[in-house]
Order: sequence, then structure tokens, then C-alpha cells
Amino acid sequence: MPGKLPVLHIKSYRLLMTEIVEIKNASAGYNADVVLRNISLSIHDSDYIGVIGPNGGGKTTLVKLIMGLLPPMQGEVIYHNGDKRNMIGYLPQVSKTDRSFPITVNEVVLSGLMSIKGGAGYNRKDKERALEIMELMGITALRKKSIGEISGGQMQRAFLGRAIISEPRLLILDEPNTFVDNKFEHDLYELLRQLNHKMAIMIVSHDVGTITSYVKTIACVNRNLHYHPSNIITQSQLTAYNCPIQLITHGDVPHTVLGEHHHHDHKHD
Amino acid sequence: MFHTQCLENIITTIINMTESIFHLFEYEFFRNAVFAALLASLTCGVIGSYIVAKRMVFISGGITHASFGGIGIAYYLGLNPILGAAVFSILSALGIEYVSGKTNVREDSAIGILWSLGMAVGIIFVFMTPGYAPNLMSYLFGSILTVGKIDLWLMTALSAVILVFFVRFYHSILFIAFDEEYARSHRVSVNLFKYVLISLVALTIVLNIRVVGIILVISFLTIPQSTANLFTNNLKRMMIYATIIGVIGSLSGIYISYYMNIPSGATIIFVFVIIFGIAKAIQTGMVEWGIRKQIRQ
Repeated sequence: MPGKLPVLHIKSYRLLMTEIVEIKNASAGYNADVVLRNISLSIHDSDYIGVIGPNGGGKTTLVKLIMGLLPPMQGEVIYHNGDKRNMIGYLPQVSKTDRSFPITVNEVVLSGLMSIKGGAGYNRKDKERALEIMELMGITALRKKSIGEISGGQMQRAFLGRAIISEPRLLILDEPNTFVDNKFEHDLYELLRQLNHKMAIMIVSHDVGTITSYVKTIACVNRNLHYHPSNIITQSQLTAYNCPIQLITHGDVPHTVLGEHHHHDHKHD
Repeated sequence: MFHTQCLENIITTIINMTESIFHLFEYEFFRNAVFAALLASLTCGVIGSYIVAKRMVFISGGITHASFGGIGIAYYLGLNPILGAAVFSILSALGIEYVSGKTNVREDSAIGILWSLGMAVGIIFVFMTPGYAPNLMSYLFGSILTVGKIDLWLMTALSAVILVFFVRFYHSILFIAFDEEYARSHRVSVNLFKYVLISLVALTIVLNIRVVGIILVISFLTIPQSTANLFTNNLKRMMIYATIIGVIGSLSGIYISYYMNIPSGATIIFVFVIIFGIAKAIQTGMVEWGIRKQIRQ
């Protein structure tokens, strides 16, 4: 039997990673406007990618391309082995939601299971799972409230619950920092770190300083895409990638991992 | 002495009214009207809640008025006007859905164009039809007291289809209506659902034109639902409450219109607005009371 798997002895986990989504020389945009030109990116199952770039540079277009909401104008997006219905969990920008829609927090979280249920109703196991997820998000007490009655931050937790309840292979977060308060920000990144053992994570943000402390690798998106295989990035590298965004530390000092500036907020917790 | 007489008078009046209602049920037209009101309340209660939740009131207005084109053409060709209205409204509904999804035309502008185009076509064909069109007013303002057997059968069939569809796919409908993009990313057949739903909206509008008329059907689809929305934020409950409010409003509307000899469609809508006003006052009172209670604690 060749099933001894000698590969397990190799320390590098990268060799064991399997590819989930692969973008091959794709261009994408809207109508006559090509936003992303000839980009390539491959996402593996334990990736934790931070997507940074200026406004209008195509971050949202990239997300839509990966989610299959926008067909590529050229090139292709390949989904590797898996149920397409449960490939991606997505945390949208809360500001785009109709807050007066008659739906409760519990229903929002449960709806993450809808596609794999194939349109059938939810059973007791689903409802218990939703309760667990809401417990994890700290929104159990709000489960019967409608989304118009809760705050932006609470709504974002409900959306995150919907995104992870089905345990997708890739979790995409679009600007999660907009509504999140300091307390939840720390919890959120801790939760993402744990989730990263089960699924790949892609996080889109303006707030370069915050996300580079948590992610493993960085994708700079400004009409084209430069993949930076580390979370330590310098201003001159950003310039070389044609990614005009300002790091908090100026000059050539590498912007590094540790989220030191967060810890002092939590003395009273 | 005076009090007993007063009480007797009141009791006699109530008995007379009850008797007269039962007496009315001996007429087939009245039984049909009551049955039509129940079916209209059910179809509008469910579909109208979807319309209000999805903010599709303007689209529905467009579909309603576009259907007048179908009525006009059917008059001219000597066909059943409701058939013409059904074809026209479904085509315009699918057209609006397609235009808003695929092309660059702004949705509200597209609705505006269809809205007036339908009315224009209707007016031209009615004008070209030789002779006077006697029933035309009943399509504009509705006439629940002249609803016939065929109308009732069609409404029953539509109610059955709507009930089965919404019970079976309630969670999918809610999921797609709330966040279409998310549903698409999970490979749910969003377009199929949207086309089926907009067709059901169109059919609901057409069959209820007989009850309250083109001009007033939009209020049957929105006032009971907005009233229900005052008390619940759950779509399923909104549908149930709106249906109940629809039944109460339309039955009292029919009764009042019969006794005062005023147009039924308009009376029903008027009763709806009164119910909404009372409900709004109650809800405001409840909120006020809740706040006071919280402060006292």
C-alpha cells in the first residue's frame, strides 16, 4: 500500500494545502468599463488573505468575481472540488442593506443554510446550530428582534453568523471594520483566527494597519493584482505594486504583524 | 323605564341588522361578493406583504396600469377583458423584471414608460371600439357586487397556487427577497424565483381588478399590509395579519356600500384607511405606554 503518506513528515503545511478557487488571467468589469485587467490569484484552504487597495481600484469587483456574481470578460474562475452552493460565505457591507425589511436576526442566521437545504424548511438540528452560532456571535438575546431594531455592529454579527453557519470553504469579509466597535474587533479577529483552521479567509479593507496584523498574505488590488506572499509589507513595495495607499508607519519601515495597539483597550473586560 | 326602552331599541336594531345580513345572503350576487372579498384578502394579503417588504409598490402600480392596455385590446377584439389584462400585465411584469436585471435603463423610468403606454393603448382601443363600453367603469373602479362564477373560480385557483408556492418555498422567498446577491453567490436560482413571483404579482393584480378596480387595487395591496407592519416585523405574520385586516375591511366595506348605496371598491379602501388610522393610534399608544413603563422601572 502506498498509503503511508510520507508527505506528512514534511513540516511545510503549504504542500498539504488544496486549492479552492483559482482565477486565471481574468479581466472583469461593468458594461464597457474594464476594472480588473488580466489578474491571477489562487486561494488555498488555509489561506488568510488581506485585500488592500485604493477606492475604485477593484476590490469589490474582485469579490464579485470570486463569488460568481460577475462573469469574467476574459480568462476564467475555476472552483476546485466542492459543492458550489456552499463554496463561499460572505459578509457584505452592512450599509447596503434595507434595514426595514421584515426579517429577524434568527432568520438571517438560518438563511445561511438555505442553499444546502435546497429550499426546504429548517429542522430542529438547523435551529440548534443557529442558536450555537448566535451564542458565538453574542447575539442570542437579539434573535427575535427584526434587523431594523439592532445596531450596525450587531447586524454585522448576524451577517457573519449567516456566513459561517454552513461552514463554507472560503469566508469573504467586505470592509468588516466599518461598524465594528473596539470590543468586538478584538473578538472578531480572534474568531477569524480560529475559523481559519477550518476555512480560508479573505478580508477586504481600507484599514491596512489593522488587517496586516492578522492576515497571512496580502493582495494589492489597483486595476491589476499583486500577490504579496507575506503580511509584512513596506511603503516602497506598495509603490512598486502600483498600490497608492498610505501605511500608518511612514518611510521604509516594514509594517509588521503584532496588533499591539489593540491590547490596551481590553483591561476592563 | 327610559333605559329599558333604549336598550330594547338597540337590541331590536342589532337583530334587524343581523337579520338583514342573513337576508342578503339569500342573493347570489351577495354570496359571490363575500366570497370574492375573502379570496381578494387572501391573495392581496400574501402578495401585498411581499410587495411592501420588497418595496415593489411602484412596480405594482406600473403593472396595474399597463394591464388597461390589455383590457382595451380585448374590448376591441371582443374577447374577455380579464384575459387581455392578464396577458398584458404578465408581459409587462416580466418586461420590467428583465429590464431592471439586464439592461442599463433605470428601473423607475422603465416602469413610468410601461405605466403610461398601457393606459394609452387601452384608451385608444376603447375609443376605436364601436358603441359605448358599459362595463369600462367597473374595470377602473371595480364592482365586487357583479363578480361572476368564472371570476371566483379563477381567484380560487390563484389563491391555491399562491398558498402552495409560499408555504413550500417561504424560506427561499424570504432569503432571496432579503439579500439577492447572497442567494446568487450560493447558486440559488434567483431569476427563476423572481420571474415566478412577479407573474404571481401580475395575476393577483389582474384578478383583483374586478373587485376594487385598476385605480384602487394598489391600496388593497398596501394598506392592510402597512397596518399589519405596525404590529409585526415578521413577514409570515405580516401576511396573516394583512389577510385578516383585508377580510374585516372588505366585508364591512361591502355592507356599508350596499346600505348607503355608494361604490363598493372606494368604500372598501376608505374602511382600510380608517382601520389603518385606528391601528396607528393604538400602536403609538402602545409604544408610549412601553416607554413610560421602562422609565418607571
